[in-house]
Amino acid sequence: MSNLLCYHCGNICDNTLIAIEDKFFCCNGCKTVFEIFSENDLTCYYDFEKNPGAIPEEIQGKYDFLANQKIVEKLLEFNDNNKQVVSLYIPHIHCSSCIWVLENLHKLQKNIIASQVNFPKKTIRITFNSELSSLKEIVLLLSSIGYEPFISLEDYEVGKKKVDRTLIYQLAIAGFAFGNVMFLSFPEYFEVNEFWLDQYKPVFRWLMFFFSLPVVFYSAKDYFISAYKGLKSNLLNIDVPIALGVSVLFIRSTIEIIFNLGSGFLDSLTGLVFFLLIGKFFQQKTYSFLSFERDFKSYFPIAVTKINTDTSEENTQIYDVKKGDRLLIRNNELIPVDGILINGDATIDYSFVTGESVAVEKKSGDKIFAGGKQLNGIIEMEVLKSVSQSYLTQLWSNDVFSKESVSKFKSLTDTISKRFTIFVLSIATIATIFWLLYDSNKALNVFTAVLIIACPCAIALAAPFTLGNLLRILGKKKFYLKNAAVIEKLAAIDTIIFDKTGTLTSTKKNEISYIGKSLSAQEEEVLQNAIRISNHPLSRMLYDSFDVIKQVELDTFQEVVGKGIEASLNQTLIKIGSQLFVENCPTDNQFETAIHISVNGNYYGKYVFKNSYRKYMKQLFTKLQSSYNLSILSGDNEGEKEYLAKRLPKKVQFLFNQKPEDKLEYIKSLQAKGNKVLMIGDGLNDAGALAQSNVGISLSENINVFSPACDAILDASKFKNIKTYLGLSKKAIQVIKYSFVLSLCYNVIGLYFAVTGQLQPVIAAILMPLSSITIVVFTTVMTNILEKKLKD
Amino acid sequence: MSVIYLLLTLSILVALVFLIAFIYSVKKGQYDDSYTPSVRMLFDDELVKEKKKTNLKTDTNTI
Repeated sequence: MSNLLCYHCGNICDNTLIAIEDKFFCCNGCKTVFEIFSENDLTCYYDFEKNPGAIPEEIQGKYDFLANQKIVEKLLEFNDNNKQVVSLYIPHIHCSSCIWVLENLHKLQKNIIASQVNFPKKTIRITFNSELSSLKEIVLLLSSIGYEPFISLEDYEVGKKKVDRTLIYQLAIAGFAFGNVMFLSFPEYFEVNEFWLDQYKPVFRWLMFFFSLPVVFYSAKDYFISAYKGLKSNLLNIDVPIALGVSVLFIRSTIEIIFNLGSGFLDSLTGLVFFLLIGKFFQQKTYSFLSFERDFKSYFPIAVTKINTDTSEENTQIYDVKKGDRLLIRNNELIPVDGILINGDATIDYSFVTGESVAVEKKSGDKIFAGGKQLNGIIEMEVLKSVSQSYLTQLWSNDVFSKESVSKFKSLTDTISKRFTIFVLSIATIATIFWLLYDSNKALNVFTAVLIIACPCAIALAAPFTLGNLLRILGKKKFYLKNAAVIEKLAAIDTIIFDKTGTLTSTKKNEISYIGKSLSAQEEEVLQNAIRISNHPLSRMLYDSFDVIKQVELDTFQEVVGKGIEASLNQTLIKIGSQLFVENCPTDNQFETAIHISVNGNYYGKYVFKNSYRKYMKQLFTKLQSSYNLSILSGDNEGEKEYLAKRLPKKVQFLFNQKPEDKLEYIKSLQAKGNKVLMIGDGLNDAGALAQSNVGISLSENINVFSPACDAILDASKFKNIKTYLGLSKKAIQVIKYSFVLSLCYNVIGLYFAVTGQLQPVIAAILMPLSSITIVVFTTVMTNILEKKLKD
Repeated sequence: MSVIYLLLTLSILVALVFLIAFIYSVKKGQYDDSYTPSVRMLFDDELVKEKKKTNLKTDTNTI
């Protein structure tokens, strides 16, 4: 019986079995969803995938803010008379059943005109009749079937995002022109002084010219812009020789065509631009289900419930919350501002902020901070600071976040292109001087030929293809990088900093150990049944750690909020709770999280909750210590310092009690010493450090849950592979260097033809694509070999 | 006038039509989501099958 799975959500059905016909459900929520579906002929939902559903959450009052027209208007994508369109992000979208049921929403609500799912982005676009329905109704409908949308402050601000598709257009036009120009210049490759060919030469050439115009002025324009910017800041980046090559190609070809001197090199020109753009396109790999740019806005709600002085409730936009306001925070809602708890018992989960999974208890009068999530019923709070001035959100006013992300990072390609450009220009000059003395007619010809053939197409392709390919390989291994440049930065890292809570420790598991006098069978029974009733997070955790529990009725049970539980059965009085609550409790270690126990007034012992460290932490540190400086930064107290120092290599530095700003400053100070810092963190409190570091990796137990802004997201299950991934980035740099050598070989061959003044268009048309293709094949094969070597 | 002019014009026109069609489809966002349509197109089939099955059953019953 215990292995029975819920027909709707796939959870194990507990003792409480709810059944309809031959189907079992774990809770009433799941059963209700099933009933909704079966009433509306939507039971196909269960045919595509087994147990596809989710338990619908309690949402009473949560979406009341959608009655506020101002907020709704900001969320809508389109609003016209009686038709509204909205795009909602639904984290639960995960299988074909989800797509099916969400696209059949109109069967549940006839005012929905159409709904379309974007699976990779986990969004749904709903068109509905706004006269007969409202956004709130639709959100409630979605929530009632277990597809609760996630609406955050970010949705309120961003509005409509524009997708930049320029590169695709540029690529399409370059490809189109390349094909046609190749086709038109084909006859000239086999010039045989044939009458008809000579007759139509000008037509063909002028056509080629017109095809090349959009390529030079539209498709290749980014190279000119980048080269100009580079030169302006005294930097010879790779785009300088490219822009030079493209302009020389175009000008010389135009002159040749106008004065009927030859066919020009327009085939090479269009081919060159086409290949370069393919490289650029390949390097772009975006993970549509991830975002690397998040800040607190993606976590925070749009609106909160404000309690007016006349005790009426009102939904207010978060930015309108002022000091002194009274707010109502419901179960599972996020606290948006710093404040003082006024009413109710708060159990606040700060795991968003710190990564710490054990919730904290607060009494009325205590300060509570923005970013925490209330777990235990409704509370009232008084606002002390507005959103932007709260402890957590203040971090984002730091310069790191406002700076444009134009980094000073110089890529390998840029480094080599500087020498390359100087080298090419000197060869061109020497060759021209030589020919000026020898045969001045050919001098200009040779000068342009050198610049044309030396255009570093292959060099420019080496990095995009190697890094782009590696980006995909790492993506398969659950290491998601923001862009290809991150790989190069990773290869340069010499210092690694880890956050402790949530990064080195697992947020999922807690180690619970009992220290003290052992309990008798009967005492244990009382204990287990007492914590079974309690809703305190620590009780729940302890309860889950027991295997089989015999359920008995207790004689007395009393829970003192924020302190502990008192329960009795057959003259056994047991007290479970904090140090102050339990009698005769030794006050030795204030740092640890523990539940103390006393029976009939005698102190017995305590259950200690420890974050369990990730499995391969020690091995990873041992492997890393030889090549990197290591430190651990933690916002926690020093309670675990000894434990860690014993287990980790001596080289590792520890810093505790670090505020978010301290972490940021620490990294800054390391960078000032010339270190290249890799920060691995998880919570919002690491956001500053992640942004400041050269590479910030956010570790995530579940990549669909939000992670702070960073350069890369690593699935927590791959924690032990960090060393391997770092090694891989170094090998990728090696591959790029080999490709440089290879493409230089082609350049030398080309230069031979150019310098000796015998560069024919056909030679250029063969050499350029050939060198590009060689590089593409070489880098692809090499990176695939690297992938093969990776096991797991 | 030589027929080659006609042929050139025609071939370039055809090519242009395809280029414009491609750019238009990209602009309309047809390539934004390359996964969901592949799943979506399978649904209708299954739905139809479901209906047909029930139809068949009722048919055999009545006969």
